[in-house]
Amino acid sequence: MLTLVLLLFPLALSLILLFFREVKTLRVLAFTGTLAELALAIAAFVQYKTSCHCNLLFSFDWLDTLGVSLKFGMDGITLLLVMLTALLVPIIVFSTFSHHYSSPASFYSLILLMEMALIGVFTAFDGLVFYIFWEMALIPAWFICALWGGNNRIRITFKFFIYTFAGSILMLVALIYLYFKTPLPHAFDFQALYAAALTPAEQTWIFLAFFLAFAIKIPVFPFHTWQPDTYTESPAAGSMLLAGIMLKMGLFGMIRWMIPICSQSIRQWGDMAIILAITGIVYASLIALRQNDLKRLIAWSSIAHAGLMAAALLVMNLKASQGAMIQMVAHGINITGLFLITDLIQRRAGTRNISDLGGIALRAPRLAAFFMVILLGSIALPLTNGFVGEFLMLLGIFEYNALYAAIAGLTMIFGAVYMLWMYQRVMLGKTQPATEGFQDLTLAEMGMLLPLVILIFWMGCYPSFFLDIPFPDVQQILYFVK
Amino acid sequence: MTAIIALTVLGVLVLFFGVIKLQKLLLPLILTGLILTMALLLSDWNTVKSFYNGILVVDNTFLSFSMVLVASTFLIFSLAAHYYRGVQRPLDDIYGVMIFALTGAVMITGYGNLILLFLGIETLSIALYVLAGSHKEAITSNEATLKYFLMGSFLSGFLLFGIALIYGATGSLQLETIAVWVSACSGNYPPLFQAGLFLLIVGLAFKIAIVPFHFWAPDVYEGTPTLLTAFMASVVKTAAIVAMYRFFHQVFQGNQGVWGNTLWILAVLTIVLGNFTGLYQPNLKRMLAYSSISHSGYMLLAVVAFNPDSGNVLFFYAAAYSVATITAFAVLILIREAHGNDLFSSMNGLGKTNPLEAFCLTIAMLSLTGIPPLAGFMAKYYLFVNAIGQGTIWLVIIAIAGSVVSVAYYFKPIIAMYLKTSSSPVVMKVEIPYKIHLIFMTLLTLLLGVMPFLLIGKT
Repeated sequence: MLTLVLLLFPLALSLILLFFREVKTLRVLAFTGTLAELALAIAAFVQYKTSCHCNLLFSFDWLDTLGVSLKFGMDGITLLLVMLTALLVPIIVFSTFSHHYSSPASFYSLILLMEMALIGVFTAFDGLVFYIFWEMALIPAWFICALWGGNNRIRITFKFFIYTFAGSILMLVALIYLYFKTPLPHAFDFQALYAAALTPAEQTWIFLAFFLAFAIKIPVFPFHTWQPDTYTESPAAGSMLLAGIMLKMGLFGMIRWMIPICSQSIRQWGDMAIILAITGIVYASLIALRQNDLKRLIAWSSIAHAGLMAAALLVMNLKASQGAMIQMVAHGINITGLFLITDLIQRRAGTRNISDLGGIALRAPRLAAFFMVILLGSIALPLTNGFVGEFLMLLGIFEYNALYAAIAGLTMIFGAVYMLWMYQRVMLGKTQPATEGFQDLTLAEMGMLLPLVILIFWMGCYPSFFLDIPFPDVQQILYFVK
Repeated sequence: MTAIIALTVLGVLVLFFGVIKLQKLLLPLILTGLILTMALLLSDWNTVKSFYNGILVVDNTFLSFSMVLVASTFLIFSLAAHYYRGVQRPLDDIYGVMIFALTGAVMITGYGNLILLFLGIETLSIALYVLAGSHKEAITSNEATLKYFLMGSFLSGFLLFGIALIYGATGSLQLETIAVWVSACSGNYPPLFQAGLFLLIVGLAFKIAIVPFHFWAPDVYEGTPTLLTAFMASVVKTAAIVAMYRFFHQVFQGNQGVWGNTLWILAVLTIVLGNFTGLYQPNLKRMLAYSSISHSGYMLLAVVAFNPDSGNVLFFYAAAYSVATITAFAVLILIREAHGNDLFSSMNGLGKTNPLEAFCLTIAMLSLTGIPPLAGFMAKYYLFVNAIGQGTIWLVIIAIAGSVVSVAYYFKPIIAMYLKTSSSPVVMKVEIPYKIHLIFMTLLTLLLGVMPFLLIGKT
């Protein structure tokens, strides 16, 4: 029941917000609402830890003639991502307070609608319901990026929409096909889909359909071409939602739906997918090195990190999968932090071109410190959150194939190079005209960044708290692989 | 049967009210009459009756599709007060002819004999020729009716010739008898029957506007008064596709053989050409014409992939499609009134000036694209489940590719309304009842998407 509340609360709030005009009320409502959602998520976590998780199950026979039931529930994997969503959305909402968006009611309403769709994707225990929320998330995402984005937004967001829509609609065919292969009576329930009887050829086709959908969303090279432009042109809140949470939809889809259903095809054809993902790591890192736009640099770095997570999930062993799970959370936190900092810099300096920035550390030591911590998390320094995940993932990939691990490991080196070099050019050196009179962080802004910094260290120093949550479920999914 | 009588009486009453100059009471009379017809249809639910030696069959297929037709007409008539508000001349002829067209459409959904099919199609078509030209002063309307009449009467000849040849081959016009004859043939049909069937398919394909018999549709849609275009795109389309479905369902019962392949090819052509040509349309009305063409391709999928659920699939699809299409036309009427045209550029900035109307059009477009959780998605999903269950997976993949293409034109109005700004914004003045009607139809689209179980699996 709590799961349903978690799902419907943002929806109700997004409808309520449409009735207000005053920007201040809207901000207060949106922020307190998303905080309440976070409290609900924590309550769900406590309930999950203390009692049997069937408490969190909600089921309703929606279309029994077609085997679809509105089934929502929580397991460890879900819980981790729901917590991430519930945590990041209030921070994202808070970050928008210093912007003046036209028609704020629609803006906050769409953010909450997006949160609802994301939670729906993560908590759906039914294949079709998963698909419905998966597609539904696209609409608010598109509107946020298209309505409040930059100059080229029409062309770029349209590409984003067509690309992701085309990818995911093939998944619908795969799901319906799977439905007819499930044991009688046919159902879309995830356990029924796991038990579908498939010939190797059928499984390969279904693997390809799923992989395409998820690869576009993540995005895995060479399906990434929509991503840098979309992240760059989106408003700050849109980039954070896309990179921080929406990207995880694809990775989540892999572990929840693709791996248990198509494990044999992944064993057979997965190398191709892994090679694509690893190629993407090197490719995106090299391009990130040459970027002059801060947001674009972060977008490319995200492709590199996401490629590693995709590769780790595809090697299908416990270490790599667990690494990917914790890295999903860590990446969500780090990239949101990086976009927040970019937004702060852009607002103060009026530009996010690296060549126009410099010497900010002198003017704004607090900002420099926060930026450094988030940056170190992102380049996976030990004792920060990025390290745990990347280490586990590389270890897992190494067990699968040492060469892959060697190439994928370049991400850590490249990441350090382009991130630290960027830091040097932006924060150190001489001040430029744009950074003269740069204001340091205010108290509110520090309050906004603080939860992220705490989590970066918490996950880095005491990762077992986060690793334990999805462990039994990851183990169970990998059990299907054998 | 009672419904057909009620509609005929209603049509006569409308004309009579026109004679005794009760123009103001026309719409209330029609709307009450349609609600009454709806009630009559509902009261017959789950009964199977046949009239006049099986010429008319009243079963759930008839009842459910008739309800879609009557409900769509109801939604269209609710727009009429606004659409014709400035018109001085009496309207009883237009309204009466619309009701007679609806009667013809309802007759088609329940035919058990090819004669009734022809009668229904002609009642519908002749009424439509009149309606297409009902805006007598406009040259475009005259053009539309002339094109429609010349092509339509020619193709009606095809249909009748086909029926005659089928009669010649099988010795009967009764669907049941033809079905017995067909199953006795076990696949080896004499050329006479093949030729008859071919002509019948061509005749019906023209009425549905299936590629390559669709060329009339965009021109006729564009010239016809917008309110009546909405009628053509929803009621007429649904009736004609049901005619096709009923014939194949009753006569072949799934063993369509080579004719299944013919329908397969027609469906693919319609989906591909309808969607791709839709990309190049300069205005909303022509775009909706191509959208309706491509949707006939999707509905043909339910006829190709035959199983006992096909009727229900078609029913849900027709309902979802009609509601979204009528919503789109309702907003189109407003845009044409405000700007005198319906170019996409006229819609620039509509999201700012008229947020409600823009929102309703957006929901309609998204539903036609097939985005969850709207009715259009559930309709497509149900259709695809049905088709994949029958093994026509390639057809579904082509249909899906078509959907992706369709995003490009369905998003044109959305992008214009929200992302572009107009140099001279016009705020459209819309009466409250019209707004309520728009909201009602939008909610209907949402409701059918969120609670599809209201209609799915009920027939």
